[in-house]
Formats: sequence, structure tokens, C-alpha cells
Amino acid sequence: MTANLSFDPIRLPEECETLRQEVRAFIADEVAAGTFDPDRPHDGDQHSPEFSRRIGQKGWIGMTWPKKYGGQERSFLERYVVTEEFRVANAPVRLHFVADRQSGPVLMKYAPEHVKVDVLPRICRGEVCFAIGMSEPNSGSDLFAAKTKATKTDGGFLINGTKIWTSNAHIADYMIGLFRTSQPTKENRRHGLTQFLVDMRTPGITVNPVYQMTGQHDFNEVVFQDAFMPDDHVLGEIDGAWKQATSELAYERSGPERFLETFYVLTGLVRALGPTPDLRSAEGLGRLAAQLHTLRRMSVSVAGMLQAGKEPVVEGSIVKDMGTVWEQKLPARVRELAAFIEEEEGNRATLEDQLAFATMIAPKLTIQGGTTEVLRGIIARGLGLR
Amino acid sequence: MSESGIVAETAARIFADFGDPQAIIHAKDGAWKQPLWKALSESGLTLAWVPEQQGGAGADIADGFAILSVAGRYAVGVPLAETLLAGWLLSRAGLAAPAGAMTVAPARPNDRITLNPDGTLRGRARGVPFAKDAGHIAVLAGSSVALVEAATCRISDGLSLAGEPSNTVTFDGVRPTQIAPAPERFDQTALMLMGCAVRSVETAGALEAILDLTVRYANERVAFERPIAKFQAVQHALARLAGEVAAALTASGSAADAIAHAESFDDGVFLEAASAKIRSAEAAQEGAAIAHQMHGAIGFTNEHVLHRYTLRMLSWRDDFGSESHWAVALGNRIAARGSDEFWPLIAAR
Repeated sequence: MTANLSFDPIRLPEECETLRQEVRAFIADEVAAGTFDPDRPHDGDQHSPEFSRRIGQKGWIGMTWPKKYGGQERSFLERYVVTEEFRVANAPVRLHFVADRQSGPVLMKYAPEHVKVDVLPRICRGEVCFAIGMSEPNSGSDLFAAKTKATKTDGGFLINGTKIWTSNAHIADYMIGLFRTSQPTKENRRHGLTQFLVDMRTPGITVNPVYQMTGQHDFNEVVFQDAFMPDDHVLGEIDGAWKQATSELAYERSGPERFLETFYVLTGLVRALGPTPDLRSAEGLGRLAAQLHTLRRMSVSVAGMLQAGKEPVVEGSIVKDMGTVWEQKLPARVRELAAFIEEEEGNRATLEDQLAFATMIAPKLTIQGGTTEVLRGIIARGLGLR
Repeated sequence: MSESGIVAETAARIFADFGDPQAIIHAKDGAWKQPLWKALSESGLTLAWVPEQQGGAGADIADGFAILSVAGRYAVGVPLAETLLAGWLLSRAGLAAPAGAMTVAPARPNDRITLNPDGTLRGRARGVPFAKDAGHIAVLAGSSVALVEAATCRISDGLSLAGEPSNTVTFDGVRPTQIAPAPERFDQTALMLMGCAVRSVETAGALEAILDLTVRYANERVAFERPIAKFQAVQHALARLAGEVAAALTASGSAADAIAHAESFDDGVFLEAASAKIRSAEAAQEGAAIAHQMHGAIGFTNEHVLHRYTLRMLSWRDDFGSESHWAVALGNRIAARGSDEFWPLIAAR
């Protein structure tokens, strides 16, 4: 076999089911208390400091991390269950989610011990929000074109330049930023970039909002003017960030959030169709369910491989490619299947509201966290075509 | 290496030695079938799902699916899957399996075979794979499992899309050689779901082979002065093909695993096996289209091996219920359970 794709069937172990029931009970209590409404994903900005702290108290942030850093040393499969239950409930997890998924693991691998001891437990308590500083005005999918400069000075570096489309920057305490410390070499155009832990309160950092087509505020422009980063905030090898980026990708790309962001339109469809749908709607719903089930099983399988210490980069990219393309079409499919539900039916209005929002969300799904085109390039390399 | 790994390796060796798809294309007649079948049955692979005390190899469910995955990868043109499935059905009712090729009926969800008061059968099964080549047919007749000699049934001529026997079998007045009650909670849906899992696993195997063939071809074939694999349009098409292969592998592997570990064909297994059939049929369709496009004219020739995979998996879409059939059935189940029960069903495993 040249391709050798591997998607082992993973059965979630017993402890995952116990945990799932705990998470569902917690969510039900929060919904009852009015923290959020699972059927109204378009309300608010999914950011709730109090809610994140309560999740932290349950031990559900950084739950796979070592106990000495505030974690619970639980499995990736347990984290998977927590992630998917919060995602399908549209719970406001924006504050801690990026840190939990990828920033924390980067710090764990590359930050000096005293930084880990300081920051990681605060992530676990749901107290700190992270942003990812990668894209620039002229550097998006091509990360290695980044120009924002880190210039060596006494005891640290001075940062100058601009990051853009930076989600969460307006509420973030920290950013993991990718800055240029040297010019690329002839042999290696990826050389010369370094990852830094950026304290967003550092003087010389300005955050300007960039509103999205949904009307929500998520993106920002982050301008650095002689912002000072101490030496101990360098993450990993100077000029060698390109070696560090790839292993994160499987974590970032294969999770359930990659196809469940607008799951509510599917639940809404089931509700609006009622118990005896017509043949056309039943078939459409059945296909969507089969496709979703398959995506989820692929995603669970990658989580299982991560748990087993593998680095399923190609499999993770496939999950994100297929998941986001599927989800992008979801509102259109649901709209077609709901087309003949009578206007007067009470549930239809809710569904229309949800569909309008999901339709506006859809274009970003295949862009954020690695575009379809970049992912297919990675998959093609894995197949031995490049 | 796991038990399933050893069984799969044995199967792969036999297929490579006696059933190489390229050699079969060049064969003038069906003479290759006999030595292939002999090797398969002598190694116990044809009756893998029959317990030893009933004359089989007593392999577990996972082993049987591992054999079928390899069979899919070699485009095996003998009734191995059908005999496995027939043996499995017979063993549900504690019936011993005969030697030789078998198939199973019904093979469509809406066909019904019933048992007459005088002990003979009544009814007709369409699209029964390899009925013409089978010595015996394992039949689910109402709540009984029966074994009949194929020669006592009326069997129509007919070929599948892949040119293999696909026949209408009429059982009216046929007297089974053996009959026993099916176990409790085992019905025609259960048999169809098992058939779905079988076809999905074979389809995923075929898709793996198709991906290999297509990647190899793209790296070898030069056009515009470079291998076509260097063109981004080709790379992205193959990435999509890999995605379809991944989906079929995952859905079928998950369904096979669910069946291997479930006590009965409950709602969870229904979701797994129906989804596997739906998604692998979709993957067969998408995957065949991409693979043929990448191969160009050569892949459309009789002498090229590609069609032995693509046509087979396209014809499997119809066996044991099409993807449309299962999508309607699954959609209706989900609707009947209601919106609050939808996510818990999806998240059940």
C-alpha cells in the first residue's frame, strides 16, 4: 500500500460515557440558569469569563495535561467527549478553547519551566484567553511569508509589524505569535521565523477591531510598535519555528469543532420535520446523518491515534478537509430539505433564524485553521505526489 | 501481529497467487476460479464465520471482515463474501454449513421468503449475488433459517454491472434440506444490516486498491513534460479521492467493529451499518469518477484493471438495500426518535 491511510475503529471507553453524562448534566444546569441558549448560537459572542471559570473548576480545561501544571492527566478521548458536548450545545467556550486546544500544548512543549508553571494552571482555571498570531496582511496560507520582525535587544526582542484576522485578540491575555528573527535562506525559505509567547498587556501593542460579515466581532488587527518580549518568552528554537508547526496540526485540525459548529441546523431540521417526514426529507436526513456519523468516527479515530502517541498529520488534514466541506454545504442541504415545511409551523421560524446565521458562517469554515487548498496539498504530499 | 492480521495475510497470499486481477483480465475463460476457490476453502477462509462444531473455521467476526477487506483489495471474483455471509446466517440458527459455494437470500430488503405449513418455501428473491454459481443458498424465511440446494430453485439468468451473476431466485415449493428457527430478535433487517457491513468493507478495500493504482499512475504518466502528479489539479483530485477512501474505511470499519461487539442488532448497530452502506456507496460513486478521470482513456479499456474495482463496488451499491433505501430508513428512525435524541444517537460510541 502506498497510501496507507489508517482510521482504526475506536470505541470510547467506559469512563468517557460517565464523563459525558456529567458534562450533559452540567450543561443542562447552565442552560436552566440562563447562562446561554443552545438554540440561539447567534446571541452574544460566545465569550463568558464566569462560565469558563466554572468549567475550569470541573477540571475540564487542559484535562490531558500533567497535574503539576493544573491538568488532570486524563485521555484525549475524554477531552474529545467534553469538546463535542460543549460544541453541540453552543456553549460559550471562546475564552478558553484556543488555549485548551493548541496554545497550552505549544507552551508545554517549548516554554521554559517557570513560564509553564505560571501560565498553564491559569489556563486550566479558565482565567486566560489566547490568540494565535500567524496571519499578516500579506501572509495568510503562506505562513513563511511573515514579515513582522523580532529584533534582538538587551534581555529580549523588540517586535514591529502587524498581524491580522487575529481571533480573540481583543479579549486575549496572551498570543502565541510567529515573528521573523532572520531572513530566509536560499536553501530553506521556511528558515528565520520564531514563536513567542506575547503578553497582550505589553506596551506597544494596539488591537483594532475588524468586524465580520455576520456582524460579530472576532477578527482583529494587532499592531506591534517596539513591543518588548523578554528572552524567556521565546518558544523553542530561534529561527526554527517551521520545525515546530506541523505536530500541532493534527490536534488543531481533526477535532469535532471542525464539523459541529453549525450542528444546530440539523437538530432544528429534525424538530421542524416532525416524526413522519416525507420520503424526500427522510432520505436527505438519513444521508446527512450517515455522513456526519462517518466524519465523527474519523475524528474519534484520530483522537485515538493521538492518545496512542502517533502523529496522524495526513488523517487529521483529511478530517478537516472533509468535515469543513461537508459543514459548509450543510445549511444549503437543510434549507432544501425544509423547503416544504409549512410556514405556520412554529419550529420553522426558529430553523430559519438558525439557517440564516449558519449560511453567513459557512464561508469561513473552509478558510480558518488551514484552507481547503492547503490541506489538499498536505494530503497530496502524504500520498507521495509532491 | 493480531489474529485478524494473520488471517488477512493468508487471504492476501492466496488472492495474489490465484486471483491476481491483471492475470484474470488476460485469462480466456473462468478456469482460474477453481484453483482460487480450492485454495480459499482448504485454508478455511470460505467458512470463517461458521463455528468449528458446525464444520467451519470458527474465526471471529473481526477476522471475517478482515478477509473481506483484503478480498475487496483484490477484486476477488468468486462468491467468497456470499459464502461467508451464508455460513454466518446458518450458524445463527445452529445449522451446519455444507462444503462449496453458497449465497444468501433475500438480498433485497423488500423481498420476502416465507415458510409454508407443509415445510416448503414460498417467495422470490431478486438480485441474489452468485446464485447461479452457488451449490447451496442460505435463506431467511420469516423467523426460520433454511438451507436449500440451489439446483432445486428456479434461478434466472442475470449479471451485475461487474458481469457477475446476480439472479432472481424463486423458492415456490422448494423443500429445504435443513431448517431451524432463527434466534430471538433476529429478523430480515438484521440480515440486511450484516450484508451492508459486508459490502461496505469490500467497497473500502476496493477503494484502497483504487487509490494505490491511481497514485501510482499519476506518478508514472508524463504529460506536458512532467508526471501528472505534479499538477495541482491532479493533486487535489487525488486528495479528494483519499478523503472518500478514508470515509469508506472509517464507516465500514466502525460498522464491522460495532457488529463484532454488539449483543444484538440494536439502534446503535443500525446507525453504524446503515451509515456504512450509505457512505461507502457515495464514496464508491465519487471515488470511481475521480479514479477514472485521473486514468483517462486507458482506464476505460477492458485490458486495464481499474474497472474490475470500480464496476464491482458500483454494483455492490444495490445489494442488501441501496443507499437510498437505508437513507430513508435511517431518516425515518431519527425523525421518530425526535430532535432531543438525535445527538445522543450520533454520540453513542
